[in-house]
Amino acid sequence: MQGYILKRILIAMFTIFAVLTVVFFIFRLGPADPVAVMLPPNATPQDAENLTKKFGLDQPLMVQYTNYLKNAFKGDFGTSFRFNEPALKVLFERFPATLQLGLVAFVISVLVGLSVGIISAVKPDSFIDRIGRLVALAGMSLPSFWVGVMLILFFGVTLRWLPIAGKGTLAHYIMPSFCMSLYPIALITRLSRSSMLDALKSDYVVMARIKGVPEFYVILVHAFKNASIPVLTVIFGIFSGLIVGSAVVVEYIFSWPGIGRLVMESYFARDYPVVQVFVIFVTFVVVTMNLIVDIIYAYIDPRIRYQ
Amino acid sequence: MIHLFKKKKKKDTRPKGGIRLPYVGFFCLGIFFLAVIFADVIAPYDPQEGDLFSSTIPPVWQEEGSLAHILGTDMLGRDVLSRIIHGSRMSLLISVGCILFYGSIGVTLGLISGFMGGRTDMVIMRMADLWLSLPAIIVLFMLASVHGPSAKTIILTFGIMGWPNYARIVRGECLSLKERDFVRLARVAGCSKLRIMFSHILPNIMNTIIIMATIEIGGIIVLTASMSFLGLGTQPPSCDWGLMLAEGRQYITYASWLVTFPGLAIVITVLGFNLTGDWLREILDPKQKLR
Repeated sequence: MQGYILKRILIAMFTIFAVLTVVFFIFRLGPADPVAVMLPPNATPQDAENLTKKFGLDQPLMVQYTNYLKNAFKGDFGTSFRFNEPALKVLFERFPATLQLGLVAFVISVLVGLSVGIISAVKPDSFIDRIGRLVALAGMSLPSFWVGVMLILFFGVTLRWLPIAGKGTLAHYIMPSFCMSLYPIALITRLSRSSMLDALKSDYVVMARIKGVPEFYVILVHAFKNASIPVLTVIFGIFSGLIVGSAVVVEYIFSWPGIGRLVMESYFARDYPVVQVFVIFVTFVVVTMNLIVDIIYAYIDPRIRYQ
Repeated sequence: MIHLFKKKKKKDTRPKGGIRLPYVGFFCLGIFFLAVIFADVIAPYDPQEGDLFSSTIPPVWQEEGSLAHILGTDMLGRDVLSRIIHGSRMSLLISVGCILFYGSIGVTLGLISGFMGGRTDMVIMRMADLWLSLPAIIVLFMLASVHGPSAKTIILTFGIMGWPNYARIVRGECLSLKERDFVRLARVAGCSKLRIMFSHILPNIMNTIIIMATIEIGGIIVLTASMSFLGLGTQPPSCDWGLMLAEGRQYITYASWLVTFPGLAIVITVLGFNLTGDWLREILDPKQKLR
C-alpha cells in the first residue's frame, strides 16, 4: 500500500515538472516576442533593452530555464503586467469565487446525477428512467455556453427574475451553477445507471436478496458500493473539470469574478504571466485530484494495489 | 436454472429499453449533411455579403420580419440563415479535422502499445496518463497566446490532446486480438510486425474506432464551438456557429434571434451525432458500456 502511494506521488510530481517544462518552452519559443508585447507603442529601444534585462531574457535559454524552475519552486511565477502584482497572488485573490461556484455546481450534479441514475437502474423503463434518459441526452447535446446565453435571455432579459451578471446574492448562483452542472449531471446519470444495472444483475445481489436483506440495503450497500468505482473516477474528474473547463466558459458568460474570467481577461490583455500561472495552477489541481482518486481507489478495491 | 431463465428474459427486454432506430438522429444528421453538401445551392444569400440598409431585420414570424430573410439578419445585414447553412461546413471541417488528427495518433500508439507490450507499452501508457492530466483548454490558451487564435490552432490543440482515450481502447482490443489464431498464423507465415498491426489487427478494430468517432464528434463540435465563442478559435468574418453566438451576444436585448438560431443549429447537429452514435454502439458493439 505505501509503495503504491509513493509510486503515485512520484508520478504526480513528475507530471507537474513535465508541465512546468512544457509551459516554459511553449511561451519562450513561440514567435511572439514577450518584450515587444509588453511595451507601449512609443517605447524606445533603450526601454526594450531594460525590460529584456529585467526579465533575464538576455541570458542563455538553459540559464533562464533553471532560474524559472528555481523561482517556481519558491512560488514565484512572475509579475502580472496589468496589476503589477505577483501573478500567483492575483490568481489566488480570484480563486475563492471559482471554488464556491464550482462546489455548488458539483454538489448539484452529484446529488441529482446519482439519485436519478440509481432510481433509473432500479426501476428501468419507469417514468423517472425516461426522464433521466432524456436529461442525459440533453446534457450531452446542449452546449453550456448556449444554455447560459438562453437563460440570460429568458430569465434575465425577458422575465427579469434573475440577475444576469456578477456575484453577490444567492440568486446570482442559480443560472451559472445550473449551466455548469448540466453536462456533469448527464455524465453521472448515464454512468451510475449503467454500472448500477450491472451490479444489480450480479450474483451477490441475488444472494443478498435470498438472505432476506431489505431492498433498500441491497441497493445502497450491496449494489451501489460495487457500482461506485467507475462513478468515482468520473465524479472527481468532474470536480477538476468544473473548475477548469466550465469555469472559463460560464464565468465569461455570467461575468463571474473567478479565475476563469481572469484568465480570459489576461489572455486578451496579453498578460502572459497570469495565463501561465493559471495553466500551472490548474494542472496542479488536476494532478492532485487524480492522486487522491488513485489513493481512494486502492482503499476501495484492494486488487488495484497489487497490480 | 433460475440464472439461465433470468438471462433469457433480460435479453428479450433489452431492445425495449434501448433505442431501436434513431429516426430523430437520422433526421437531424440529414438536415446537417444537406446543409454541408448543398450549402451553395440552398443558402439564399452570400453568407459574407452584408447590406447595412437591412441590418437587424427580425425573423419572418415577428412583426417587422420579412420573407426575404427567414431567420432575420445580423448587425451588418448578413442573412442569418445563409450564415448558419455555411457554418455547418466549418463545424464539420473542424470536428472531423480534430478526430482524424488525434484518432490517427491514438490508433497508431494504441496498436504499438498493445502489440509490442513490455517497456514500449509502459512508456506509451504513462504518457497517456500524463496527457490526460493536462486539460485541453489550457493547451489552447497557451497555443492561442503564442500562435494567435484560429481554426488551425483549435485542430492542432485537440489533435494533440485527444489521443489517450483512443490509444487506451485500441490497446485493450489489440491485447485480446493478438492472442487469436489468425494473428499467430500471420506470424508463422512470416508477416512483419508492421503488417500484422496494420493489415491484420487494425481491420478488426475498425468497428470500435468508427463508433468512438461518431460518439465523440458531437462533443468535439460543442467544445470547438465554445472555444470559438470565447474568441480562442475561428476569427471573424468566417461563418462559425460559436463565433456567430459570440457576435450576437452583445445585442441579446434587442436581437435575440442572433443567439437563438446558431445555438439551435449546434444542438440539432450534436443531437444527431449523439443519437446515431448510441445506436451504432448498440448494434455493432453491445458489450461496451455506456460511458
